[in-house]
Amino acid sequence: MAVTVRIPTPLQRLTSGRGEVACAGSTVKELLDNLEQNCPGIKERICDEQGKLRRFVNVFVNEEDIRFLQGDQTAVKDGDEVSIIPAIAGG
Amino acid sequence: MTLSKEQIARYSRQLILPEIGVRGQQRLADASVLIVGAGGLGSPASLYLAAAGVGTIGIVDPDPVELSNLHRQILHSTADLNRPKVDSAADRLRALNPHVRVVPIRERATADNILAMLQPYELVLDGSDNFSTRYLVNDACVLAGKPLVHGGVVRLEGQVMAIRPRVSACYRCVFPEPPEPGAIPSCSEAGVVGPLVGTIGSMMAWQAMQLILNVGQPLLDRLLTVDGRLGRFREVPVRRDPACAVCGDQPSIDRPMLIAEAGHLACDERRT
Repeated sequence: MAVTVRIPTPLQRLTSGRGEVACAGSTVKELLDNLEQNCPGIKERICDEQGKLRRFVNVFVNEEDIRFLQGDQTAVKDGDEVSIIPAIAGG
Repeated sequence: MTLSKEQIARYSRQLILPEIGVRGQQRLADASVLIVGAGGLGSPASLYLAAAGVGTIGIVDPDPVELSNLHRQILHSTADLNRPKVDSAADRLRALNPHVRVVPIRERATADNILAMLQPYELVLDGSDNFSTRYLVNDACVLAGKPLVHGGVVRLEGQVMAIRPRVSACYRCVFPEPPEPGAIPSCSEAGVVGPLVGTIGSMMAWQAMQLILNVGQPLLDRLLTVDGRLGRFREVPVRRDPACAVCGDQPSIDRPMLIAEAGHLACDERRT
């Protein structure tokens, strides 16, 4: 099952410049684990040592913030779009 | 205020818009906006707001103009190197539109001065370059009830959102805590390009005008993201978080606090 994960440009260094990565999984957690296998090092940018989503990074499944769904247990299905949106401070 | 012949000519192309008109122009002249940061975002934002005739523009920045600023910070010229950015900004904005009152504030925003800094203004634009200042400005705007326009850029990624405190999601509702030091790449390795900060800074100016003029639908409860690599604009809905530390049901923040040494994804070593 393929879910498109959108990668913000600050993390695209870890995806060989790709803005979208197709990942497999039935929950956000599985998706992120799969993303880590494809792009080693990326998960620690998104999750802390306990595997919890960092507080300055948001993950959206389609148009909804997973904090307001079931967190990393939020279900995803084929064709869904997952966006990773970190806080950025430059100017 | 009655518009002079000169002002009617100066603003004619926006005066003819039904969304602005003479009444809107007068409203802009009465408006006061504080811009935090005279850098990549503050440059286009302040230039457009001054050009549009916003009556009072305060601009906060403690730093001098450096050579590495000039590829994106279009308020400043090569001749301004080493001058305080706020002085360079004030000269440029006054030259652009002498009707605007520009207030240069050569200070770093801190927990002690931020509320007094915001107090004379009706709206705030945050174009700072570090997380400590961003959270400070957000919290202070929520506490003081001042609308805030947030914009951020790093590498090829940009974000904009507008905030009406206690009405729409604040920055902390969306990003509850800043990154810890070292969590994301340091500023010197991050990088940024001028046209992208120009895009975001320009959008911030228009958000401010929309909020002041009550035109259309500003980006309240909507975070707009721009991927400069793909040329793609997207928005995600955001919402107030009842657990938000500053605007939630049981807020733990009741005064501005500067977060020490938050990790930052900024563009220069200096902080604005």
